[in-house]
Amino acid sequence: MTKKYTIADLKEVFALMDDWEDRYRFLIELGEALPLMPVELKTEATEVRGCTAQVWMVLLPNNDNKVDFRADSDAQIVRGLIGVLYSIYQGQSLNEVSSIDIDGIFEDLGLSGHISPNRRSGFFSMVERLKTLSMA
Amino acid sequence: MSTKPTQLHGFDVERIKKQFPALNSQVNGKPISFLDSAASAQKPDAVIEAMAKVQREHYANVHRGLYKYSQDTTTAFEQARHTVATFLNANSDNETIFTRNATEAINLVAASWGAENLTSDDEIILTVLEHHANIVPWHMLREKIGFKIKVVPICDDGAIDLDAYQKLLTDKVKFVGLTHMSNAMGTILPVKQMTEMAKAFGATVLIDASQAVVHMDVDVQNVDCDFLCFTGHKLYGPTGIGVLWAREDVLNNMRPYQGGGEMIEKVSFEEITYKDAPARFEAGTPAIVEAIGLGAAIDWLGQFDTADIQAHERDILDYAIQEMQKINGVTLYGPDDRASILSFNIDGVHPHDAGTIFDQMGVAVRAGHHCAQPLMQALNVSSTIRASFAIYNARNDVDRLIEAVNKVKKLFC
Repeated sequence: MTKKYTIADLKEVFALMDDWEDRYRFLIELGEALPLMPVELKTEATEVRGCTAQVWMVLLPNNDNKVDFRADSDAQIVRGLIGVLYSIYQGQSLNEVSSIDIDGIFEDLGLSGHISPNRRSGFFSMVERLKTLSMA
Repeated sequence: MSTKPTQLHGFDVERIKKQFPALNSQVNGKPISFLDSAASAQKPDAVIEAMAKVQREHYANVHRGLYKYSQDTTTAFEQARHTVATFLNANSDNETIFTRNATEAINLVAASWGAENLTSDDEIILTVLEHHANIVPWHMLREKIGFKIKVVPICDDGAIDLDAYQKLLTDKVKFVGLTHMSNAMGTILPVKQMTEMAKAFGATVLIDASQAVVHMDVDVQNVDCDFLCFTGHKLYGPTGIGVLWAREDVLNNMRPYQGGGEMIEKVSFEEITYKDAPARFEAGTPAIVEAIGLGAAIDWLGQFDTADIQAHERDILDYAIQEMQKINGVTLYGPDDRASILSFNIDGVHPHDAGTIFDQMGVAVRAGHHCAQPLMQALNVSSTIRASFAIYNARNDVDRLIEAVNKVKKLFC
């Protein structure tokens, strides 16, 4: 599965937007562009426990030690944030996952409010889940 | 848009709002419309100052020292207890136990009264409107003892189903736990009537008044329940302090909930005798500063007439309902007989998405299940958006809420 945007693309796009509405509109589009997560993969085992929005995440097995994940949410903004994660992690080598400075990237994108203060949120759990899965 | 002035029913909302420093800050470059007071209310200067004063001027532990600081702090702490007792129209200060919050008060009753008085043959009744705080402690006790939990449903409009409640009441029912006001929908329960119905079967009644004390007079003698609790932080007071009320004879016949300093008369390794209430249930150093803060919050609120507060908050709620009904694709939850809470969903929009956009616009609401998952199941939704109104809100907060709903519809629909 190829990525629509690299993280460098995202930084460039977000830097051009000074209006929060445009940023959220773009996030929503990013979510819509995500590869579909087949419904049979949305199980209790793949559910990431959060607070308000439901999130599922699974790492697909592959032979070249690269991250290939599918994730989805019932909330559109969370799905958009998954789109950001997709740009960051998809195709990275598994042993690099835990060294990626996710907080820094979200800071650069102006999305840090979604990740930093809310360490107990479903979204942060998703990043943790990805790290755990990639180390397994 | 609102046409009414902010000065309504004898008090000036803008002047009240100025007493809440956190409401005069900005969020995302905009003034905040704080519509999440049902989760936790903002604090007026009077509370902040009372808490600072005790720490600046005469802080010490209570009930122990022979020196002036300790005596002054003990006096302030016990004055706060007296303020709470008067607020609830209790017969005596000894009927008022300071707890960490309402959750701890209910856990205390379940662990102490419940464990001593309930058996596996008994039944207890809760309502589907309960906050998890009045469900989980009883479930945990049921796991130990094995009694049956029966649940009072709601009618289609969200009001409590009194006919169903009457049918659930039998001689086997030993306990009834009721919220006075639903935190998720604002539904007000006729607790006096429901207590009387339970008493006819000899059941013990606990009322969770956490939401109710903020919006209406709560008189324990009038309701005639056995236990009543509330938390301080929703009542414009600090976190970490709550109240359990019960009559002295009831409290002094209960086993202590926690053991430690201050709650004992004599201790040896062979035998321990406990003090009477309230000390019996206040093991260890209490939340001294917070209790004094709660007293200050009740004193502050006491300058207003409850009828004026109710008229003001009802005006905002009615205005919100009226304006919300003008928007297509919005579902409102809750009956007419409710206070200060507007729970709703926007068709096709996840509450989490709506809450995120509201935040960008400086409108703070709660999006989620409101710690009332059984109620969400009964309403057949996973979550709702909840705007809750308090003494410092005005019609212009509703205008900003409506603007935010329209923005969400534009972005997502």
